[in-house]
Amino acid sequence: METTILFAPLVGALLCGFGWRFIGEKAAMWTATGLLFLACLLSWIVFLTFDGQTQQIEIMRWIESGSLSTSWAIRLDRLTAIMLIVVTTVSALVHLYSFGYMDHDPQWREGESYKPRFFAYLSFFTFAMLMLVTADNLVQMFFGWEGVGVASYLLIGFYYRKPSANAAAMKAFIVNRVGDFGFALGIFALFFLTDSINFSDIFASASTLSETQLSFLWGEWTAIEVICVLLFIGAMGKSAQLILHTWLPDAMEGPTPVSALIHAATMVTAGVFLVCRMSPLMEFAPGATGFITFLGASTAFFAATVGLVQTDIKRVIAYSTCSQLGYMFVAAGVGMYSAAMFHLLTHAFFKALLFLGAGSVIHAMHHEQEMTEYGGLRKKIPYTFWAMLIGTLAITGVGIPLTTFGFAGFLSKDAIIESAFAGGTGYAFWMLVIAAVFTSFYSWRLIFLTFFGEPRGDKHTHDHAHESPMSMLVPLGVLSLGAVFSGMIWYNNFFGYADKVGKFYGIPVAEAGAQAEVDAAHGTTEAAQADTSHAEPAAEDTHAPADGNVEAPAPGGDHHYVFAGQPGEGALYMAPDNHVLDDAHAAPKWVKVSPFVAMVLGFIVAYWFYIVNTSLPARLAANQRPLYLFLLNKWYFDEIYDAIFVKPTVALGRFLWKRGDGGTIDGFLNGVAMGVVPFFTRLAGKAQTGYIFTYAFWMVLGIAALITWMSIGGGAN
Amino acid sequence: MDNILSIVTFIPAIAAGILALFLHGEDAAAQRNAKWVALVATTVTFLVSIGIYTGFDPSNTGFQMVEEGEWLLGLKYKMGVDGISVLFVLLTTFIMPLTILASWQVTDRVKEYMIAFLMLETLMLGVFMALDLVLFYLFFEAGLIPMFLIIGIWGGKDRIYASFKFFLYTFLGSVLMLVAMVTMYSDAGTTDIEALMNHQFSSEGFSVLGIYIVGGLQTLMFLAFFASFAVKMPMWPVHTWLPDAHVQAPTAGSVVLAAILLKMGGYGFLRFSLPMFPVGSAVMTDVVLWMSAIAVVYTSLVALVQEDMKKLIAYSSVAHMGFVTMGIFAANQQGIDGAIFQMLSHGFISAALFLCVGVIYDRMHTRDIEAYGGLVIRMPAYALVFMLFTMANVGLPGTSGFIGEFLTLMGAFQVNTWVTAVAATGVIFSAGYALWLYRRVVFGDLIKESLKAITDMSSRERLIFAPLIVMTILLGVYPSLVTDVIGNSTAALISNYDTALAAAEAATQTAASH
Repeated sequence: METTILFAPLVGALLCGFGWRFIGEKAAMWTATGLLFLACLLSWIVFLTFDGQTQQIEIMRWIESGSLSTSWAIRLDRLTAIMLIVVTTVSALVHLYSFGYMDHDPQWREGESYKPRFFAYLSFFTFAMLMLVTADNLVQMFFGWEGVGVASYLLIGFYYRKPSANAAAMKAFIVNRVGDFGFALGIFALFFLTDSINFSDIFASASTLSETQLSFLWGEWTAIEVICVLLFIGAMGKSAQLILHTWLPDAMEGPTPVSALIHAATMVTAGVFLVCRMSPLMEFAPGATGFITFLGASTAFFAATVGLVQTDIKRVIAYSTCSQLGYMFVAAGVGMYSAAMFHLLTHAFFKALLFLGAGSVIHAMHHEQEMTEYGGLRKKIPYTFWAMLIGTLAITGVGIPLTTFGFAGFLSKDAIIESAFAGGTGYAFWMLVIAAVFTSFYSWRLIFLTFFGEPRGDKHTHDHAHESPMSMLVPLGVLSLGAVFSGMIWYNNFFGYADKVGKFYGIPVAEAGAQAEVDAAHGTTEAAQADTSHAEPAAEDTHAPADGNVEAPAPGGDHHYVFAGQPGEGALYMAPDNHVLDDAHAAPKWVKVSPFVAMVLGFIVAYWFYIVNTSLPARLAANQRPLYLFLLNKWYFDEIYDAIFVKPTVALGRFLWKRGDGGTIDGFLNGVAMGVVPFFTRLAGKAQTGYIFTYAFWMVLGIAALITWMSIGGGAN
Repeated sequence: MDNILSIVTFIPAIAAGILALFLHGEDAAAQRNAKWVALVATTVTFLVSIGIYTGFDPSNTGFQMVEEGEWLLGLKYKMGVDGISVLFVLLTTFIMPLTILASWQVTDRVKEYMIAFLMLETLMLGVFMALDLVLFYLFFEAGLIPMFLIIGIWGGKDRIYASFKFFLYTFLGSVLMLVAMVTMYSDAGTTDIEALMNHQFSSEGFSVLGIYIVGGLQTLMFLAFFASFAVKMPMWPVHTWLPDAHVQAPTAGSVVLAAILLKMGGYGFLRFSLPMFPVGSAVMTDVVLWMSAIAVVYTSLVALVQEDMKKLIAYSSVAHMGFVTMGIFAANQQGIDGAIFQMLSHGFISAALFLCVGVIYDRMHTRDIEAYGGLVIRMPAYALVFMLFTMANVGLPGTSGFIGEFLTLMGAFQVNTWVTAVAATGVIFSAGYALWLYRRVVFGDLIKESLKAITDMSSRERLIFAPLIVMTILLGVYPSLVTDVIGNSTAALISNYDTALAAAEAATQTAASH
């Protein structure tokens, strides 16, 4: 069944891409879509029936060289199962949505066939993404990793007539390659030290790696820190984290369904998936995870600030994605991998919903993407409005504080913020809370600018604004369900007590009392004391401790169970001294309420700016012009990179070509040659008839002479 | 068939002889006959050479299907293949029919053209099979002549300059190799390659003109061979003949040059340098590794700013060969497996890329990148093929290009992380120049008047690409097809190399303790 899930999209891509000439456009598109719905159905069956035991399904041999042995294989565990439903669900819905969205695309001329190609790319992307998430070794993961990169490149550059689309596609691929450079080095280092790149072998040697020194470039390092940082560089590229984030906003050049599928719900979360997949290593690398936390928090803040002032509807959501990915990395960085996966799951639903909703708006407005040209669309496209509203309620985290009742983002984002407080630094926590204010502001700003107020921009366009067809509204509806309920349904599995989470992921758990012995065996000082007085682990509402205002709760506390697996057991690994889950549950009330306060604050400011006093934003921008420009130009990252990387590289290339190859090497050799060649030509002067054969003749003669000399001279020795 | 190697080697030569003796005239019929004779001969060669593959026993690390005989002047004729050479033989026989097909539109001196290619095939096959030093040298050097003629006669407007540069570079390198060969013969008393591989050349250091030479004779001989192989590879900084040669060569010439001739340097390192001069190789390892890493970065940067399609691909070839030398001198299983794999894979990919240039050159008669743009609109099939090979060229997993790069880097990492890190930046730059080329040629709107009537690939052109596409993907998905064949021979090579180094080390220590 897993093999069918994996290859159905590939078959769909091939049939659709190559077969449409024979079976017709419509049939080809339905073939690809149908196969994806099949994969989606099977994925849900796998997810719901999965028992937590890791399975490996080998398909075929792959790279084998000496002690390196890799196969094409499927690793099925909880992480894979989660990703399977995320990828296939969003992909199937996006396929369906594209029937409406890509119909009569004004980018194409009469008679040009572009739809089968689009569907084939989408299906191919899904295949590569599934290869990535089902991989049982790092090279197969790398295959999927680069495969999704190519699919992304092809889809960003889908409108190949547009120079901007072509540039964005190249940028995405090349920036990702910078990340892949780190990823590849990480794989090499792992192979060098463990003689394998299969997950089970790597995980088994995790603790050994933490005691190994690796001499890498200029220094001696703890091996596992180097490896984790290198792998994370790969994740930074794919997940558009700060420094390597510049490609993501430009990637919005692609058609909107692509943005929803690739650049919001699935591909960009591959980096988070990688870090979670590597949790057995990450747990032994405090330096690397500290860096991940720091960078994730910084990205969350940075992207949110840029999102405040963008006017292109897709760019706002793109920066929002970048920011939300930062949240996920903070969760993974502080050791709450399951919270990272939780947000990954809920984010896939509500962000895909927001993008597809934006696509529906763009579709209605004749491909106008500037929010300054929108306004008052609430009545024209009511279904889209409601969908976008649900998405916004989910992303901003609306829910009832101190309960587990709320939209998807409420539960998963709060889980991350609490984890950041419990396991991270003050920096990470405050960055995320501030980013939550901004998130709420720009999300509501988007809603107010688009759906409320007076219509702005071209009157004709507004008059003809129309609701999207059913093929587009059905996916919006399905995703809305996910955005509302996915958080509440799976809260306990991802962020409940250790026994629930452990069961979900197949991680062995132990009674907390036994944990003391385990800790003692590990020689840790902070042996947890089981406190049996806070007894109700299953009751959801009582997990806030009575002593809620204690600033830093002691590790341990109100729990019965703790994780007790070995690295590689279960889908995630959490070290015995990783108490973040319990500490997060025991976080003070003000911490738990802070995201809610942030959300309300952002909403109020947005309401005030864009509904009550609509002239305020312009005045503020004028007053704070340098700051406004700084944000509008995305902190000038593109300009700086152009000046310090792109231009010097090209200049260096030109210099090496003209001066290096042309001047120095050829100059030197021509100097030699100018001495030698005339000599030979004079020598050959008489025989030279100006004909090329003469040279050949001399060559033969020369070789013959040399060989004769050699055989005679050698023989005489 | 006891003498299948000779049969395969000389079928093309015999066909060339038939053409030379029996085909007269320059009319259309004669031209057609010349093409068909060449196509049939190269195809038959390929089909027979499959017998070499099926008859080859990968578990045997020695030479197989060996043929020995006396030859003129008391020299010996000895041919054989092992795991390292056998796939190069197949690569050669596989590529040649495609180059003949790619030359179907040639109208100038067709007979001579076909003779040159057929002779070239015989000589290249001989290089990979010869097991006698003199025989090897003969094939190795004589192979220059047809290539020299192909560039000089059927080349572009600066063909004389290019062919001279090509000739001077490669020939001057060879002279040093010849001197080393004479020394080897006088030292070991045999020209038999198998025997020489078991012979231990002195590695005791000595001084020449006041300079102390570590590794002594071995280092000197290594350097002499290196001069020749480094030019053939070509390695930075002796690579500048290649872009000129490629630019001036006709499409089929470029294909053979990139796909097969460039592999002779790498093959030479594996056949001579490592097994025969292990100490010399070890002494020079760091230098070669750094030259490789510099080559990757340097030529990738230069490729980035090229304006001529063929030059760009030529520079990219040099960069890819940098991975090969890096893998070879990492001298471990992954490194050498990767190097051989990279050479084979580059054989398919670079051939295809030069053919891609050929397709549009045949239509527009220019290689200027500027002259193109928006081809995807009129040539979708071409765009697809070109995209596939562009991706293979940048080492996308799933294509053969990935396996070679990945394994060589993995091998190098175990030896020198700096070199690996520098060379690995090549994966970033390659994406830069390859996609930039693709974007300027294929993407964009089709606005140039001259391109408005351009036609997509003909069925002959599709037929040429089909086998290359199959091989590129097949080897990328199931590389065991190659690694199963070469693995044991590589392992034996490395174990001999390590043993020799350990022995030399022990000898030095004994000498020091006395």
